[in-house]
Amino acid sequence: MTISTIEKSPTQNFGETQRKDFWWLEPLVYFIGLGCFLLYATWAAFQGKNYEWGPYLSPFYSPLITIEWWKFSPAFLILWIPAGFRATCYYYRKAYYRSFFMDPPACAVSEGRKKYTGETSFPLIFQNIHRYFLIGATILLCFLWTDVIKAFNFNGQFGVGVGTLILLANTLLLTMYSLSCHSFRHLIGGCLDSFKCGYQHKIYEKVSCANEHHMFWAWTSLFMVGFADFYVRMLAMGIWMDFRII
Amino acid sequence: MTSCTLKKEERSEHYCESHSSMKIATFKVFRGDINGGAEVEYKVPVEEGMVVLDAIHYVQKNISPDLAVRWNCKAAKCGSCSAEVNGKPRLMCKSRLDDFDLSKEIRVYPMKSFPVIKDLACDVSWNFEVNKKIAPFTPKPDTDWKMSQRDIDRVQEFRKCIECFACQNVCHVIREHDLKPKFAGPRFFVRVAGLEMHPLDTADRLEALKDDMGIGFCNITKCCTEVCPEDIHITDNAIIPLKERVVDRFYDPLKMFFRKIWGK
Repeated sequence: MTISTIEKSPTQNFGETQRKDFWWLEPLVYFIGLGCFLLYATWAAFQGKNYEWGPYLSPFYSPLITIEWWKFSPAFLILWIPAGFRATCYYYRKAYYRSFFMDPPACAVSEGRKKYTGETSFPLIFQNIHRYFLIGATILLCFLWTDVIKAFNFNGQFGVGVGTLILLANTLLLTMYSLSCHSFRHLIGGCLDSFKCGYQHKIYEKVSCANEHHMFWAWTSLFMVGFADFYVRMLAMGIWMDFRII
Repeated sequence: MTSCTLKKEERSEHYCESHSSMKIATFKVFRGDINGGAEVEYKVPVEEGMVVLDAIHYVQKNISPDLAVRWNCKAAKCGSCSAEVNGKPRLMCKSRLDDFDLSKEIRVYPMKSFPVIKDLACDVSWNFEVNKKIAPFTPKPDTDWKMSQRDIDRVQEFRKCIECFACQNVCHVIREHDLKPKFAGPRFFVRVAGLEMHPLDTADRLEALKDDMGIGFCNITKCCTEVCPEDIHITDNAIIPLKERVVDRFYDPLKMFFRKIWGK
């Protein structure tokens, strides 16, 4: 029988844990995934060109707003809405609190930090306005669906290109991401103690079902919106050719 | 056991030698109290279907009868045997040994967020004090006790809680920042959610949730959901809906404006 004395330390250092699994892998994947998207989206937004080709418009620039006195990229007039929607999203909060703020880096792993106010004080208290970004994102979705319809129109003729399917998939995934939002679930019935009718309960159940997979919709829609911009950009730069299916 | 004349410490080794074909697991168990202690190594023969609590019982019976551990049902229903196995908060009775790499030692420690009474037994009485502060179920006078199943579905999930306090233990607000006086913890958000969403309840707990129970300290990192042995979706189904109700009352400017106009 081996006995080893344990020194009791009043504070713990960052990353201290008895966990033996690869607890650092999840925050690392989040960091790389979110970091790559942030870098690409910022770069693409600053470009201010190569955002449309034929019937396709990059989702980063939709709706396309051109104002004479606006000297910057038109993307900045739009992107603050989806950026705010994702930044205040209950799923992404988990992802970036763990991977960027290490607050905590993983369950039962020490942060090595003393001061903590959570979401009770500035600036994180503004996470509470998520529902307003949901409204903004829903309005943007209407424009994205209009872009999808336009993407079937090749010089006045019906057609389907690879870009059409990419924009369709992107808008579908973004729609599912919005429909599975926790705030949406609250607004359509979660706020009530008693459902008004069976239909409302059925809708609430369907949204709850989508909400269970909110993480899936969050990541797939993030990847797809970046790829949709990249695809249109490659076409506009003449690097890729769009393949017409119909 | 083949011999009762052996010392307790020797029995385990003797048993292991006489059953040389058996797998042996090495446990490092915390022995001590609130002032500190030691990590003691025990060798335990592994049998099929064994869980960590079985191994602790083996140590109690054959090696160290003074090892303190709280347990009751051994069926993941009483919530008594919460501990940290290899650093993860979990029920010992639900931690099967065949889920572990037995070539490596298994560490068993008491819950970190609560004061240790002795060895693996913790003082969890703070939780019961928090519970007392929650306004109980308050139906209307002369309530008609009819409810539709669709209204009850949501709150039934919360009734599964066995109060093992694994969620309280893993929550970094309690574990790391020790904000116990200001923060009630996931277990009690689950309880409040069950009451607040109840179709016949009339009490208002939103102000208490914001101010006394500190729901704003929760930053949705979902560790409580990850460790819950009853698979309650604590964050998605209890904490976030409560946060949204708190937003309705205290942070949504439009709702606040309309409430002023309509007086509700």
